[in-house]
Amino acid sequence: MCGIAGIQRFDGQPIGREMLDAMVATLDHRGPDANGVELRGAVGLGHTRLSIIDLSGGVQPMVLEDDELVVTFNGEIFNYIELRQELIAHGRRFATTSDTEVLLQAYAQWGEDCVQHFNGQWAFAIWDARRQKLFLSRDRLGKRPLFYTVSGKTFLFASEVKAIFAHPSVSKAIDPVGLDQLCTFWSAQPPRTIFAGINLLPPGHSLTVQDGKLTVAQYWDLDFSETLDNVSARELEEQLLDLLTDATRLRLRSDVPVGAYLSGGLDSSITAALAKDLNREKLCTFSVEFENPEFDESVFQQEVVQRLGTEHHTVRCSHDDIGRIFPQVIRHTETPILRTAPAPMFLLSKLVRESGIKVVLTGEGADEAFGGYDIFKEAKLRRFWSRQPESRVRPMLLKRLYPYMKNIQSQPPAYLRAFFGVKPQTVGHPFFSHLPRFELTSKLKAFFTPEVLAATFDNDPLTEAEGNLPMAFADWDDFSRSQYLESRGLMPGYILSSQGDRMTMANSIEGRFPFLDHRVVEFAAKLPPRLKMAGLDEKHILKNATRHLVPDSIRQRSKQPYRAPDAQSFFDTDSGIARFEYVDAMLSPSAIADAGLFDPEAVSKLVEKARSGAAIGTKDNMALVGILSAQLVVEQFVNGRPVDVPESACV
Amino acid sequence: MPTIETDVRGFVTDNFLFGRKNVSLAGDDSLLEQGLIDSTGVLELVSFIENKFKIIVEDDDLVPDNLDSINRLIAFIETKLDEAK
Repeated sequence: MCGIAGIQRFDGQPIGREMLDAMVATLDHRGPDANGVELRGAVGLGHTRLSIIDLSGGVQPMVLEDDELVVTFNGEIFNYIELRQELIAHGRRFATTSDTEVLLQAYAQWGEDCVQHFNGQWAFAIWDARRQKLFLSRDRLGKRPLFYTVSGKTFLFASEVKAIFAHPSVSKAIDPVGLDQLCTFWSAQPPRTIFAGINLLPPGHSLTVQDGKLTVAQYWDLDFSETLDNVSARELEEQLLDLLTDATRLRLRSDVPVGAYLSGGLDSSITAALAKDLNREKLCTFSVEFENPEFDESVFQQEVVQRLGTEHHTVRCSHDDIGRIFPQVIRHTETPILRTAPAPMFLLSKLVRESGIKVVLTGEGADEAFGGYDIFKEAKLRRFWSRQPESRVRPMLLKRLYPYMKNIQSQPPAYLRAFFGVKPQTVGHPFFSHLPRFELTSKLKAFFTPEVLAATFDNDPLTEAEGNLPMAFADWDDFSRSQYLESRGLMPGYILSSQGDRMTMANSIEGRFPFLDHRVVEFAAKLPPRLKMAGLDEKHILKNATRHLVPDSIRQRSKQPYRAPDAQSFFDTDSGIARFEYVDAMLSPSAIADAGLFDPEAVSKLVEKARSGAAIGTKDNMALVGILSAQLVVEQFVNGRPVDVPESACV
Repeated sequence: MPTIETDVRGFVTDNFLFGRKNVSLAGDDSLLEQGLIDSTGVLELVSFIENKFKIIVEDDDLVPDNLDSINRLIAFIETKLDEAK
C-alpha cells in the first residue's frame, strides 16, 4: 500500500523534481517506508511506499526499460504469482518477484486490457513513453482512491487531494454541486468531488491522457442480469465457501504478518476464521470497544476471540476520543462526513500500527453482496406493505427491523405509517429502496445559504444519478437494484473511502477485503435474492455456508450496524459545554458566515439543541456532524489552516 | 403572557425549522407533509408538551389528528388542560 502522485505538462516543459517531491511529501502517511520520483521530461511520477511484498525488489516508481514503461502503483495484485507464470509462458522475463513488476509486464503484454486479468485493489499510473500515453486505472469496486485535475496546461493526479493541492497552480474551493450530492447520497458522485475542479476516477474505470486529451472509460460494472436458478442451495453454499476461502488465501499473500479486524458481527468473524484456518500461525485480531454501551459489541468480539484463539488487541473509545481526533480524521477523509463512525476506525488502525502489524483483513463488502443492511429489509417490507396500504398489521413489522433503535420502538403506528408508508408514485421509482435515506439526508439542505441554494438550483442529484444507471438496471428485480445502488453508491463513496482506505492509511495500515474479491462479488450477484434475504433473514446463504466457522451466537444475533456516538462526542450534554475549543470556533456564527455554506442563525439553533442534549434524532445528528466536518474541510483545505487538538486538551 | 400558540410555534420553529425565516408555516400546515418532523421529532414534540404543560400524553393520543399541525397541537393541549381541571 502506498501513495501515488504525478504530473504531466501539456506544453512539453520538463517537470521540476521539487514540485513532485512536495506532492509526494503530503502522502507520507500512506507509505512511510520509502519514496521516490521518476522524471521523464514533461512527465513525472512519484511514489511513497509501504513495503509489503518483495521488500527489497518492489521499489517504485518502477521502470521497464525495454518497453519504455514507468509505473507508480498503490495497492496489490493478489493473483500476481499466477499471472507471473502466465506472463513467463508468454516469453516475458522478470527481474523481481514483486506484484508491481507483474502489473508492468501485464500492461506490456496485454495493454489496457491488463486490468481484466487482475484480482486486487489498485490505483496506478503507467507512463507509456513509446505511445506518449499516460494510463491510469482504479480497481473494480473502489478500494483505492485516485484523484485528478487539469490546471491550465498541467495534468495532476494523486491518491489524495492534499497532494494535488500541494501544486501552487491549483485553486481550492468547495463545489456547491458536490456538497448538494453529498447532502443526498452521503458523498459527492464521482467524477465530482467536494472540491471544485478536482475529479475522482470512478471505480471500474480507466483514464488515458494522450495528446493533451483525457478519456475516461469503464472496464467493469456490477451486473445482476444472470441468476443461478437451477443450482441447489446446498451446491451454491459449497461454491460460495470455496470462493471465499480462495479469496482469503490470496489476501494472506504478504511478506509481513497479516492481522484481522473483529467487529463482533458475522462478516469479520468469517474472514478472521478463514484466515486462522488457512494460516495456522498466530493470528492477531483488533477491535474497538465503546465506553457508551449503546454502541459497544465487545461481548460478541470476545466470543469470537475465544472460539478462534487469537491474540486479541482492543482500543477503548470514549466520546472525548472521537471529538479530539475529529479534525485529524477530516484531514484524512478530505470530505465532510455525516457520521462520526470513521473516527473510531482511525483509533483502531493506530492500535494495529502500534502492535507492529501493517496489513489487516476486514469484513467489508459482505453486507452489500449478500444483502445484510437494514435498507434491503426495509425496502422489502415497504414493498410488502404497499400492496395493502391500509393494513394495520404490516407497518408493525417495521419495528422488528430496528430492534436497536429506541426511537422506532416507541413510535405510534400512525406515525410509522407516515414515515415508512409508500407513496403510490414511488412504487416504480428506480431508487425505491433508497428514497427514504436520500430524502432524510436531503433535510440537511435546509441549512444551505441562499448562495449555495442558487448554485445548485438547476441540479437535481436524483435525476442526474438516474441518468447514470446502467441500461440493464430497469430489467433487474427490486432486490438486485437495491444491491446495485448500495454497492456503487455508499460503499465506494463512504464505506471504503472515508471509513476505509483513509482511516487505515492514516496510520499506514493496508486493509484487505476477501468479500470484495471480484469473483465473490460476481458470484453473489448471480445468487437468487431469496437465498440472500430468506423472508427477513439477511445474508441467509452466507450464514449457512459458514456455520462451521462462526459461533451460533454470532450467526443468530440480530444485525447491528456499526455506529459511533455523534453529537455527544462534541458536547457534554450535562453541562452544555463543547468538549473542545475548536467545536465552538468552527460552529460560531462568524466562522459559519465566513465559510458561506450554511445559514449562521439556523446552525446556532442546531448547536443550542445539541448542547442541551435535545439533538437525539438521526436528522439533527447528521446535520451537526455534516456541518462541523464541512467547516473543518473549509478551514483545513480551502483556508489551509490545520486544526490541531493537543492530546490532553479537553475543555 | 405567552399563549399556548406562542410556546408551540416557538418550539416548532426552533427545533424543526431551526429559526429559518424563509419558511412560513401556517397553522394548519401538516408537519409531516412539510417534512419537518422525523421519527424522533414526534418524541421531541411529546416530551415538550408533557414538560411544558404538565400533561400526560397517552399512547392513544399519539395520532396525527392531535399532533400534526400547530392548530391541532393547540386544540389538543387545550382539551388536555381542560380535562385536568
